[in-house]
Amino acid sequence: MNNVPADLKYTKTHEWLRNLPDGTIEIGITDHAQHALGDLVFVEVPEKGRVLKAGDACAVVESVKAASDVYCPIAGEVTASNPALAATPEIINEDAFGRGWLLRLRPAAGAAPVLLSPAEYEAVLAAEDS
Amino acid sequence: MGRQTPLIELHRGLGARIVDFGGWDMPVQYSSQIAEHHAVRRAAGVFDVSHMCIIDLNGARTREFLRYLLANDVAKLTQAGKALYSCMLNEAGGVLDDLIVYFLTESWFRVVVNAGTRDKDLAWIRRHAQDFDVAVSERADLGMLAIQGPLARDKVAALMSAAAAQAALAIEPFFGCEIGGWFVARTGYTGEDGFEIMLPGSDTPRIWGELNALGVLSCGLGARDTLRLEAGMNLYGNDMDETTHPFESGLGWTVALAPAERRFIGRAALEQVKAAGSARKLIALLLDERGVLRGHQKVIVPALDAGEITSGTFSPTLESSIGFARVPSAAGARVQVDIRGKLLDAHAVKPPFVRFGKPLVS
Repeated sequence: MNNVPADLKYTKTHEWLRNLPDGTIEIGITDHAQHALGDLVFVEVPEKGRVLKAGDACAVVESVKAASDVYCPIAGEVTASNPALAATPEIINEDAFGRGWLLRLRPAAGAAPVLLSPAEYEAVLAAEDS
Repeated sequence: MGRQTPLIELHRGLGARIVDFGGWDMPVQYSSQIAEHHAVRRAAGVFDVSHMCIIDLNGARTREFLRYLLANDVAKLTQAGKALYSCMLNEAGGVLDDLIVYFLTESWFRVVVNAGTRDKDLAWIRRHAQDFDVAVSERADLGMLAIQGPLARDKVAALMSAAAAQAALAIEPFFGCEIGGWFVARTGYTGEDGFEIMLPGSDTPRIWGELNALGVLSCGLGARDTLRLEAGMNLYGNDMDETTHPFESGLGWTVALAPAERRFIGRAALEQVKAAGSARKLIALLLDERGVLRGHQKVIVPALDAGEITSGTFSPTLESSIGFARVPSAAGARVQVDIRGKLLDAHAVKPPFVRFGKPLVS
């Protein structure tokens, strides 16, 4: 069974988004993505204040095997990146939807990205598995 | 679907992720690649290396044939069972493959070559063997397991009868011997002690299960790659190939130019390189900053032409990134590597990076 929390939005490229109470959005990679990558050993996250367009490569996650870009699902300005990842990138393997978050951003005015519901994302995973 | 070893169903049952490797469906990892790596450095792990190609060479002139075929000199093999690492070159001195050859009897040598080069190697060996009346037999009936780590030999011995265990534990490093229908060799590709065992392929699933029951962890090709790179060992296709010669691949030590009268394939080309001096060399690099070296990244050398990373990874033992790079021969120890547009400092070290569980560089 895939682990797909019901309170998040998703992308086809295996990012997740969480609406935070202060209006910012937290972004990470899904449990499926961390499992496919394997043991993470290095993560590069954007600095605070960086302005991102939807589709920009906003982070790099590297496992022992390979480096993989993370694409920003929504335009906005970075308000924080996860400081724990520099020393302990493996928290993404341990808790991809929680402690392993990558960045938070304040969405640009009028940003209206097309995101997947949990059910739609589960369908993406099912199609990949078949 | 690629070619499969007799262990494919067992790998799937253990939850391995299966990838294509040189045309074979092989397990890249079972649980965690880093956990598998540490198991080999600290205890024992087992690898399926049945995709590698075992070739028996038989005939009275086999030694003479191998002295012509290989860049290293099998005249060094004076004791039965002794193994030798060598490159097999083309006439231009390019590396067709790297291999291990075992001297069994004066009319029987065994060669183990890479999986991805199997067809090319077999054709090359057969073509040249004709002139020496040497019979070339691919041993597709045999599987091959590598059991590696400080506890590996004891774990294998625990599967054997008392007499067989005694014989296996008496095998010296880089020797092999026939024990009860298995060919047991004290060789490997990890920088740890251990055995590589060639045995009937149909026996391999049972032995794998028995090793697991003794606490030997199933390990995939992912861990095999980080272990070999820490051990300072080349990977064919990454660190050398037909377009590179041994002197620019960190393999000069495997080329036996003495005695001068031995003719071998590629000798003339290598003598020219030796006389002129190799333009490039392979160095071992330690990345000074956070990040991961990967194959094909550009290496910036002060005042000289750029080089290239040939193999790179994260070293689980050193907890930093290591790699090999091919650079101009005049390069010093300090270089920079272009990782996604950023220039990160790295420095050359003397390989291996890790041996018998211990870091050797800093």
